[in-house]
Amino acid sequence: MKLMLGNEAIARGAYEAGVKLVAAYPGTPSTEVTETVAKYDEVYAEWAPNEKVAFEVAVGASYAGARAMVCMKHVGVNVAADPMFTAAYTGVNGGLVILVADDPGMHSSQNEQDSRYYALSAHIPMLEPSDSAEAKEFTSLAFELSEKYDTPVFLRTTTRLAHSQSFVEEAQRREVEIKPYAKDITKYTMMPSSAIGRHVKVEERENRLKADVESFDINREEKGDNSIGIVCSGVVYQYVKEAMPNASVFKLGMVYPLPIEAIKKFARSVKRLVVVEELEPVIENALKANGIECEGKNIFSVQGELSVAIIKEKLLSEKKENVSLDLPVRPPVLCAGCPHRGVFYVLKKLGLTVSADIGCYTLGAGAPLSAVDTVLCMGASIGIAHGFKKALGEEAAKKVVSVIGDSTFIHSGITGLIDAVYNKSNLTLIILDNSTTGMTGHQDHPATGKTLKGEPAPILNLVDVCRSCGAKSINVVDAYDLKAVENAVKAAVDEQAVSVVICQRPCALLNRNYPAPLYVEDCKKCGACLKIGCPAIEKQKEGNVIINPTQCVGCAVCSQLCKFGAIRGGKK
Amino acid sequence: MKTNILIVGVGGQGTLLASRILGRYAQLKGLDCKLSEVHGMSQRGGSVVTHVKMADKVSSPIVALHDADIVLSFEKLESARYLNFLKDGGVVVVNTQQILPMPVICGMKEYPTDVLEQVKTRGINVVEADALSIAESVGSAKAVNVVMIGALSKYMNFDKDKMTEAIKGTVPPKFLDMNLAAFEKGYEI
Repeated sequence: MKLMLGNEAIARGAYEAGVKLVAAYPGTPSTEVTETVAKYDEVYAEWAPNEKVAFEVAVGASYAGARAMVCMKHVGVNVAADPMFTAAYTGVNGGLVILVADDPGMHSSQNEQDSRYYALSAHIPMLEPSDSAEAKEFTSLAFELSEKYDTPVFLRTTTRLAHSQSFVEEAQRREVEIKPYAKDITKYTMMPSSAIGRHVKVEERENRLKADVESFDINREEKGDNSIGIVCSGVVYQYVKEAMPNASVFKLGMVYPLPIEAIKKFARSVKRLVVVEELEPVIENALKANGIECEGKNIFSVQGELSVAIIKEKLLSEKKENVSLDLPVRPPVLCAGCPHRGVFYVLKKLGLTVSADIGCYTLGAGAPLSAVDTVLCMGASIGIAHGFKKALGEEAAKKVVSVIGDSTFIHSGITGLIDAVYNKSNLTLIILDNSTTGMTGHQDHPATGKTLKGEPAPILNLVDVCRSCGAKSINVVDAYDLKAVENAVKAAVDEQAVSVVICQRPCALLNRNYPAPLYVEDCKKCGACLKIGCPAIEKQKEGNVIINPTQCVGCAVCSQLCKFGAIRGGKK
Repeated sequence: MKTNILIVGVGGQGTLLASRILGRYAQLKGLDCKLSEVHGMSQRGGSVVTHVKMADKVSSPIVALHDADIVLSFEKLESARYLNFLKDGGVVVVNTQQILPMPVICGMKEYPTDVLEQVKTRGINVVEADALSIAESVGSAKAVNVVMIGALSKYMNFDKDKMTEAIKGTVPPKFLDMNLAAFEKGYEI
């Protein structure tokens, strides 16, 4: 027995089920699945530039006859949705599992969309484990179902499942033979003549599954007090068991399609039926559409996470008094020495409207930098800035810049850049190149020179990419050099064509070979250094500042702000 | 025996290692155990919380409100943020180190230096420890987490031998001696 994260258990389950290939783009809370599975020698695993490519790679492996898995966070499914919807038509050869991690409560996401709706609309079956042991077991089952029903299968988790540890029993890997690939354009070539035929197959397969799911033992009834019956799945099942250990429970291991007849029978055995589910009323709506009377979102919110306390309050009317002290909040911040900090300081100083993107640098929105205007989705910063510019007059448009990280630029920023060039924008694009995928915990990408398996790889040169896309000027500067950043941005903003500024410095957490920390002598209390919001600079009651030597990494961005030369040491 | 622990602190303080030691301990004691962590955006110097639950059978991986035996706080201010998780008679064990949050750093808010007094006036038992100084005395500020595990073990009356074994099975061998020293010092608090 071993304590494992839900994500580690999924990786183990895939390994034991004989998975040959795993592809993914990092995204909290899904990232550790791919990182863990990559450690097994028998499994080929890769970071793809984005979820769509990752999906296509996994589909290719499946068509070729191998068991394959693709992993992503909930918003990643939006990116992968194009191949995904049609892969539901082609079906599979080797088993194909789509791991999707939802983030109710938005611990690390820009929305809390419910990926169960993707299962409904693409007609892809979906399993949902409730702890790490089930996560491992269901992963293996997902591969079997995929091959049996000739369909990709979703494995859905949420943050609390992905990032909770519980005990798992490990087993041996079972090698699965690669199935022979046979050319079949009626199955694998999706043009109207064959897709029409495949859509029929989708419906046939789903009807077969709907009948079979009634007897799947991963959906089970737990008889208890019949005054209330709860229908639930995933980690919410665990909350229900703790809040109401005596209630009758129908636990769903498969959330699409649902065992409607079995739930009807359960409904008849209880006086009141309540669906307890996070986010959207997916199960509730399905039950109601099948004539099963139930409660759900009339009691529980569609927003945020559920909890034992919420279930007790809503269903048992048990609520304890909460105290609240007036405490300063502690939001996440850019780390000490973060190369993004100085760039945001400059952008704010220049009074620019900043269309930013998804990554650590989203934190540039927080006080005191407060330099970010818009953040939407991966890669959107470029299209948004271009749209701003086309909507505004030429002079006003100069005030708008786009800011994107290296990994996000490769993920889905390049097409935006091409669009801006093609449509004669005077876009200013600032790439914050910290040589890693930062926020998700330092994953490699095509410009880092290393694969997920740790092998050396060709390095995608961002300057060459921007030049090939048609950017007129490309200026590479040191992100720690405020003057250079300012001059480059000013020049770029004045350009009448697309111009790029690449601000380079590796993430401060990557290279720990720091110079000595800086220190303050004879502080004049002007407060200039506090404008960059560095967690190592602390304002004292007397108005002077000190630099916390345990936090400072000697980047010396702050010393460039001090007109009095009071910040000393370190090196540029 | 059911034990619910909330480990709170600031991203980067090593709450994850602390919870993994406790998970190992639960396993050595033959108990069921679930741990819940925070990854991603919340780690970047933000307030972090890790849930540790051990019992014969654990369902929810998250400690419910008003159900924690102990809030083990790696930072002074953070100890007061999660009081609603404590059950009646629960205790706060706190490292008195202050790490300034951004609103304080940039002068928008003041650090509430009397925060532990505020907690105490609510009738909550507070055990204070200068875990940072203790950790530095055994060789590294990074050992704050294991000092705190020592303090927790004493307070919760955990099996000291099993806890030592859990530490041996969790920390990298080259830091073992330092961590065992940190644990002993924490146990003396």
